[in-house]
Amino acid sequence: MMMRRTVFAGVMAAMLPLVAGVAAHADTASGFSGPVQPLNSGEAVYQHVCQGCHMPDGRGAMGAGARFPAFADNPKLQSSAYPVYVVLNGYGGMPWLGGILNDQQIAEVVNYIRTHFGNHYTDAITARDVATQRPPHTPEEE
Amino acid sequence: MPDTGRRGLPTRRQLLTRIGALAGSAALYQAMTSLGHAQGTDFSGPPVLTGARRGTRVLVLGAGLAGMLAAHELRKAGYQVQVLEFQGRSGGRNISLRGGDTITELGGATQKVGFAPGNYINPGPWRIPYHHQGLLHYCREFGIELEPFVELNHNSWLHSSSAFNGSPVRYREFSADFHGFTAELLAKAIDQHRLDDVVGADEHEYLRAAMREWGNLDASMAYRKGRLTSETRGYEKAAGAGPDGAPVPSGLLARKDVMRSGLWTWMAFHEHLDMQTTMFQPVGGMDMIGRGFTRQVHDLITLNCRVSAIHQNDRGVSVTYGDMNHGGVVREAQADYCVCTIPLPVLSQLDVQVSPAMQAAIMAVPYASSVKMGLEFRRRFWEEDEQIYGGISFTDQPISQISYPSHGYLSRGPAVLLGGYMFGPAAYDFAGMTPAQRLEAALTQGEVLHPRQYRKEFSNGISFAWSRTPWTMGCCSMWSEQARKTHYKALCTMDNRVVLAGEHASYVGCWQEGAILSALSAVTQLHQRAQGA
Repeated sequence: MMMRRTVFAGVMAAMLPLVAGVAAHADTASGFSGPVQPLNSGEAVYQHVCQGCHMPDGRGAMGAGARFPAFADNPKLQSSAYPVYVVLNGYGGMPWLGGILNDQQIAEVVNYIRTHFGNHYTDAITARDVATQRPPHTPEEE
Repeated sequence: MPDTGRRGLPTRRQLLTRIGALAGSAALYQAMTSLGHAQGTDFSGPPVLTGARRGTRVLVLGAGLAGMLAAHELRKAGYQVQVLEFQGRSGGRNISLRGGDTITELGGATQKVGFAPGNYINPGPWRIPYHHQGLLHYCREFGIELEPFVELNHNSWLHSSSAFNGSPVRYREFSADFHGFTAELLAKAIDQHRLDDVVGADEHEYLRAAMREWGNLDASMAYRKGRLTSETRGYEKAAGAGPDGAPVPSGLLARKDVMRSGLWTWMAFHEHLDMQTTMFQPVGGMDMIGRGFTRQVHDLITLNCRVSAIHQNDRGVSVTYGDMNHGGVVREAQADYCVCTIPLPVLSQLDVQVSPAMQAAIMAVPYASSVKMGLEFRRRFWEEDEQIYGGISFTDQPISQISYPSHGYLSRGPAVLLGGYMFGPAAYDFAGMTPAQRLEAALTQGEVLHPRQYRKEFSNGISFAWSRTPWTMGCCSMWSEQARKTHYKALCTMDNRVVLAGEHASYVGCWQEGAILSALSAVTQLHQRAQGA
């Protein structure tokens, strides 16, 4: 449902190869997500997609005995392959974002996270590195 | 139309008519159900669980609808039930917010709801399809009063930023013109013999007749401005009385714009089974359902318990939790069995002793992000100025929609509408804003649909970001085809002494009905397991 609407709206179709980022939900009333921010830098992706859970300061948050992980002092960021994997596939409660973000955007946001919030990794990645990790994800039809 | 099936066999309709005449409506309903009509979700009645061994203990984790229903049915069957709940309230995602309530979200932002007495917003579920038989059954059983929820309103607005100069159009005008122009095109194609290879000659007349009536075409099969079309799309000047009472027909939208706008997507939306008439809402707020369930099992529930571990062995289940009523002191609860309804974003991070298959399933289902906003205005300008009574206006802006209250029509004083409801990218975006930023965006975008009144009549508002809600850390389950194939059965099948329930453990995800049906499946499995043990 989401896929159809968004494609017809023509908003992101050209930019995103796999527009269907969100499974069809029963009570969404909102398959149509409207014009989305341009998201043309790692910072923009972080601000408009990531910080809703990981927070503007990258510190994450603690919920009911579970947490949104922080990016500072997080050893899992040592290899860029791990955050790329998580963004593409999701992890636990975190949705896969391979549908709403393209390879370039994923590369940029991973580079952003690995150079901010107290991180200083120097091995930046490119869209091509992300492409090699991209799995198939098909949201369920409603 | 002839009403006989092939080879003289009665058609289904004939058969049903005969059964109805012979045996009355109860038999008719029975027959319709068995013939595949009149079916709701997969609910045939509450489970009949008999012969529970006395003293068998069940621990239910979570006092949302699934947990409370499991507790209710298990106690009825003779089990000794205890419910542990993380929040200081029961009801789970079945929640309504009223003046004086406080929301503190992850990240620390706190909002105090400033609505006038009697007003509310439902940040979670807000409407109930007529065919969600399980939920409706328990509403009836627990005495929860329902009223119609207006889903489709022909006088609401449809808005696309890139069509009709960015101005909203009325649903009835758009749908009339969409039907009319489509019918006209189809009729033209038939008359010009463009469809002869797919439409047989005997079908031409039926199709033409249907198109003419459905699309309000004139005798020449044209869709044009006039009384005929205005009787559906509305008049420029409405019919009245007195010397100047004659109505003035309204002009049509341009066909190209109608087709190009994409707004037909919202016509299709209301036709989905889940959105079809009749829909319901509880009188007084969605949490009247949670309260009704709580009345049944309140004596079994302990609030403010933060579960950290669920262990099981041959003899029973042991749940470790922090008793937040007593400074977080760690306690253990023992039982023979456990029904766990903890939302998966939380459960996936707890110490849970289940099979590797169930563990993998718990990890495999993320929760969608969703944001809702409730805005209070000083008066019902949508009713008073625009004759919009309930229903939804849609927009391609991030807020996605504005929904007007389906209750309190024509009353004076402040009223609350749903000023935004989104999933997907827009929900991620809004969740990442401060409450003040969300409100400002909601007003800026809502103003496009109601330019004269939105800012002027606005009084106060709140936003609810589900991914920043500590007790769910997300809105509801989001299955991929791959996860459903690999993990669904493992998630829903009792693992030794532990069984999961909640909308995530159903094919009716994100609806309360999913919670109800999953709870019934869970208690049925538990009872079978206990009987066999």
